[in-house]
Amino acid sequence: MLIKSKKSYQLTENDVTNEQVYVNRRQLLKSMGYIGAGTLLSQSVARSASAAPLDFWGSSDDKAFSQQALNFKKAQPTEELLTPEAKVTSHNNFYEFGLDKSDPARNSQGLRVNPWQLTVSGEVSKPITLDYDDLFKKFPLEERIYRLRCVEAWSMVVPWIGFSLADLIKQAEPTAKAKYVAFETLYDPEQMPGQRSRRIGGGIDYPYVEGLRLDEAMNSLTMLSVGLYGKTLPPQNGAPIRLVVPWKYGFKSIKSIVSIRLVEKMPPTTWNILAPNEYGFYANVNPEVSHPRWSQASERRITTGGLFARNRIATLPFNGYGEEVAHLYKNMDLARYY
Amino acid sequence: MIAVVKTLVHLAAALPLVWLYYGAITDAIGADPVERVIHFTGIGALNILLISLAITPLAKRFKQPVLLKFRRLLGLWAFTYAALHLLNFLFFELQFDWRLFIDEVIDRPYITVGMFAFAILLPLAVTSLGKIKRKMGKSWQQLHNWVYIAAVAIWVHFYWSIKSDIYEPGLYAIALVWLLSLRKDRIRRWLFKRS
Repeated sequence: MLIKSKKSYQLTENDVTNEQVYVNRRQLLKSMGYIGAGTLLSQSVARSASAAPLDFWGSSDDKAFSQQALNFKKAQPTEELLTPEAKVTSHNNFYEFGLDKSDPARNSQGLRVNPWQLTVSGEVSKPITLDYDDLFKKFPLEERIYRLRCVEAWSMVVPWIGFSLADLIKQAEPTAKAKYVAFETLYDPEQMPGQRSRRIGGGIDYPYVEGLRLDEAMNSLTMLSVGLYGKTLPPQNGAPIRLVVPWKYGFKSIKSIVSIRLVEKMPPTTWNILAPNEYGFYANVNPEVSHPRWSQASERRITTGGLFARNRIATLPFNGYGEEVAHLYKNMDLARYY
Repeated sequence: MIAVVKTLVHLAAALPLVWLYYGAITDAIGADPVERVIHFTGIGALNILLISLAITPLAKRFKQPVLLKFRRLLGLWAFTYAALHLLNFLFFELQFDWRLFIDEVIDRPYITVGMFAFAILLPLAVTSLGKIKRKMGKSWQQLHNWVYIAAVAIWVHFYWSIKSDIYEPGLYAIALVWLLSLRKDRIRRWLFKRS
């Protein structure tokens, strides 16, 4: 299908230079040994009870996960400044690998993503099993530049690569009973220290589960991503395949998916189980409905620049994707169904 | 000798801040330097406050009254970290949006509690000058007993700000309860026999 008109969500790529400058400077600093000292400093105080206290002297570079280049249809150029790749891949909430935002990049590099199996089952006429290679071959890959809004009130702009979830679901032929879609992350305590230890994983019941209503899942914005910045996903970003639902808070976009089940009833979701008063099933980005601990009216966009970057911006309803998704919630009280 | 140790304490408290802000300004300490400076100074304030609360029991236990000479110093560094924590939040997280700041202090219980703790620490820091202390006489101690309430409030603020981890705040809770239990008689007297 050819996309003819440019919609608000079809952001595009720019500022490659910017990212390059960023990366180069990081390498320069690294070669001067500065980052090592900085990491040491922050580890010693800021994350006294986080993962890998003995990993003190280890450099994360020596066990880097190997990403592969992907073939995909590139996005149109965009006005929006992309978050530098180094920040997208080092600032992650993936509690299976630790609670601190820098933990996942450090603790996940050994994750085995090949072989991988992703099953589509439940209320479908044709259950599907995708192997690792199928993830990249079954559907043509395209790049989509989406804003990612975390419930903690920071945001990023990320060039994802992947395909519409709708394409996969259609192929499985949902039955009339299918009303919701339930997702599940890999459960492998041997590889995921947060699933082994309540201390590292924050006391969450694993595997991580998430869910969408079927019409939300079939929306053309909803994407299964297998890559970012032109390459396959690194584990901290949810390799080998993750969900991206750009009008919802980031925690809806479940990572490292092994199971997609079409179901009749609203499935349980991890953060809703943990704190139902804070995290609803829908989790639509809504500046009017505050999280009890964070105002959602504005957010900090993580781009380049250090401490003095002036980057607080107003949060938009549905993260700015209202044109494409507001109709899904026409008769709902979104303060109640948050 | 004491002067040397005091200098070392000053360095131990100040150098991490130099590293922190240098790294944060040059964007070299992780993807979100704002979050980093806020967490670092916040946890730093709690750590230093707990160390300062450990001084008196340690001095008693090991009969080393010389340790008491470091109490004010540490208390003031705890205040400095707490003040930076607040300023970081206001300047870098909220980027001088004063209305948002006021809304947040009112609407978010964990921030309300944090501001309450800071409102206690501020007069304690101001009255730590020798001159003022002498002028205040007995009431100085009465005022400074509030540090126990501040410490509990800071812990609540910390615990409440976390999404799901219970281990780190748990360890701090154990340390705090232990430090307060060592002075339970004094605290009880202060709280219940004041009138």
